Amino acid sequence: MAEPIRGMDLGVAHSKLLLRTVSDVRNNHELQRLGVSEGDTQRMNMCQAVNDALRTTLATDDTSVVFGEDVAFGGVFRCSVGLAEEFGTERIFNTPLTEQGIAGFGIGLAAMGHTAVAEIQFADYIFPAFDQIVNEAAKYRYRSGNEFDVGGLTIRTPCSAVGHGGHYHSQSPEAFFAHVPGIKVVMPRSPIQAKGLLLAAIRDRNPVVFFEPKILYRAAVEQVPVDDYVLPLSKAEILKPGKDVTVVGYGSQIYALENAIQMIERDMPGVSCELIDLRTILPYDAETVVESVNKTGRLVVAHEAPRTQGFAAELAAEIQERCFLRLESPIERVCGLFVPHPLVFEKMYMPCAVRTYEAIKRSLKF
Amino acid sequence: MASAAASGEETFTFEFCDKTFEGYNIDAPSQSMTLTKAEAIDLYREMQTVRRLEMAADSSYKHKLIRGFCHLCTGQEAVPVGIERAIAKEDAVITAYRCHGFTYMRGASPFGILAELMGRKDGVSKGKGGSMHMYAHNFYGGNGIVGAQVPLGAGIAFAQKYAGEKTCTVALYGDGAANQGQVFEAYNMAKLWDLPVLFVCENNKYGMGTAASRAAANTDYYTRGQYIPGIRVNGMDVLAVRHAIAYAREYAINGNGPLVLEMKTYRYGGHSMSDPGTTYRTREEIQHMRSTSDPITGYKHRILEAGVTTEDELKAIDKAAKKLIDEALAKAKAIPEPSPKELWDHIYVKGSEVPYLRGR
Repeated sequence: MAEPIRGMDLGVAHSKLLLRTVSDVRNNHELQRLGVSEGDTQRMNMCQAVNDALRTTLATDDTSVVFGEDVAFGGVFRCSVGLAEEFGTERIFNTPLTEQGIAGFGIGLAAMGHTAVAEIQFADYIFPAFDQIVNEAAKYRYRSGNEFDVGGLTIRTPCSAVGHGGHYHSQSPEAFFAHVPGIKVVMPRSPIQAKGLLLAAIRDRNPVVFFEPKILYRAAVEQVPVDDYVLPLSKAEILKPGKDVTVVGYGSQIYALENAIQMIERDMPGVSCELIDLRTILPYDAETVVESVNKTGRLVVAHEAPRTQGFAAELAAEIQERCFLRLESPIERVCGLFVPHPLVFEKMYMPCAVRTYEAIKRSLKF
Repeated sequence: MASAAASGEETFTFEFCDKTFEGYNIDAPSQSMTLTKAEAIDLYREMQTVRRLEMAADSSYKHKLIRGFCHLCTGQEAVPVGIERAIAKEDAVITAYRCHGFTYMRGASPFGILAELMGRKDGVSKGKGGSMHMYAHNFYGGNGIVGAQVPLGAGIAFAQKYAGEKTCTVALYGDGAANQGQVFEAYNMAKLWDLPVLFVCENNKYGMGTAASRAAANTDYYTRGQYIPGIRVNGMDVLAVRHAIAYAREYAINGNGPLVLEMKTYRYGGHSMSDPGTTYRTREEIQHMRSTSDPITGYKHRILEAGVTTEDELKAIDKAAKKLIDEALAKAKAIPEPSPKELWDHIYVKGSEVPYLRGR
């Protein structure tokens, strides 16, 4: 039995955080507060949830168009399946293989008031579009004194490790975008979250980069409300309350954190960890984290992206400034190793549950 | 094989039909070419070896010995083989991720390639690159980001010109990549500075799942260089590929600047091993191409008809190619993965590693 796993079932397939049954949905506090917990639900994985959000957008917003590489036949992950047949090829269409062009074109479309939902096939390919996003989309409203804006632009892109993606099918580039005033950056952890956050992102009147952890497309399954609903942006969610340490993450990393917490609570009876899903990385909900750290006195932040200059660095700096006297131990960052995302060595690279467990333990025993 | 060696110098002339080449602002290559028996047989052998190599990769992938993304060139063998036999060892080649054929032709061993595919330590990139990142002498990969390799090709050609060598660079890209802005940036620099680069578009009619006609306003990729002359070539005909590249190379290394070539070719498999290749094209189309345009079968008929060799000799070559690949695969399967210490190697140049990289 490998320490400290000792036969525990790991990963999203065994997660208790997913709302797999209708009663899970009925009993969820946030969905209750939003008035979404009582309607019909349907069993969906994350890519079906994204598909549902896109369908809802196309049905309710006449100005909306969905475009990207190979999206018309359904997309490489099937997120846009059936849309072209239902809404027509003038509204769902393939672009040539040109990320910079896709971003620029989307910005122009949004500047004309359209709701432009662009897809970048893999987040690893987003870099040719980086200039357009940083220098055009992010600054449009500011530089024109609010005369123009590209609020209708949403760029969705599959991100994060998938087990065998190697250098160019695994990256989590959220940190690059978290450094840009004028855009929003969102990453959901599950189907219900993906649908609600994507609809929120599309309808938000700011350009949004929406990262979808691709490993969750098939692996995460929930009973998703079939109604039109939005989840709040820039609001972190406390997934599990605790009193001794605050653990923060987003996207597919949440499931590694869930397992690490299970191991800690098994090995250190009486200890409870508070798990927070940031959900929106920019602008992030610092208040929820501050309130939690003021309660626990300890913080562990985790993400798949490499450690140096990753988003955890920002959160750590902000929290140490706001909670300095309350902190009982140094803020721990559990991140990808600072190497290009490897293929054969991926298991060593990943900030897995075991590494997180060690960090939480260090924090608690400081 | 003694009789083959003895008459290896005998020459054969092959004629090309009208549709084989199309010139844009340049005369098409001549309609015939001559090669020795040894050269003719070698083209067959190499195409068969590449085919076998890709078949081994395909089955290994299905047995989960190869993981990650794997893009095979089955059906397109005439292009890497024809190009290599038309250029010199000192010329440079760079392409995108459909690179196994090129890696082999540029001198890597089947063992090195298969070991790399399986992520083993004796692979051509020490097991750290995988299918998309294979390199060899004067072969600059093996690149994952579509189109990014084209400006690189222009840069390599600049270095060749700067050094005063009479060499050229063959920079390949696909019909999907042909719409990337950076390709046009590379065209401009190459023409402005008369760089000895051959921009070769492997047009297999589909950019992943999108038909070329739905992605490009102008699908005559050999004309996309506008101010750069171009040649369209039947890329399923290895002799045509060899002939056109030899012709283009002469042009480029003699200071005339770049050329754009379009190889009309076809892949039987999907875009990658994760793509069945049948959601955006019909099985009939794939079957039709296999039965009427296969580069190996077509070439086999030609050389048999021309009396270059016999069925038996070709069968022997087929067997030898299969044996070569089977042995390489068995050998590669026995090699272990690289040591975990190598995770940290080659991020920066040796000797300049920084202590704080060691994350934990």
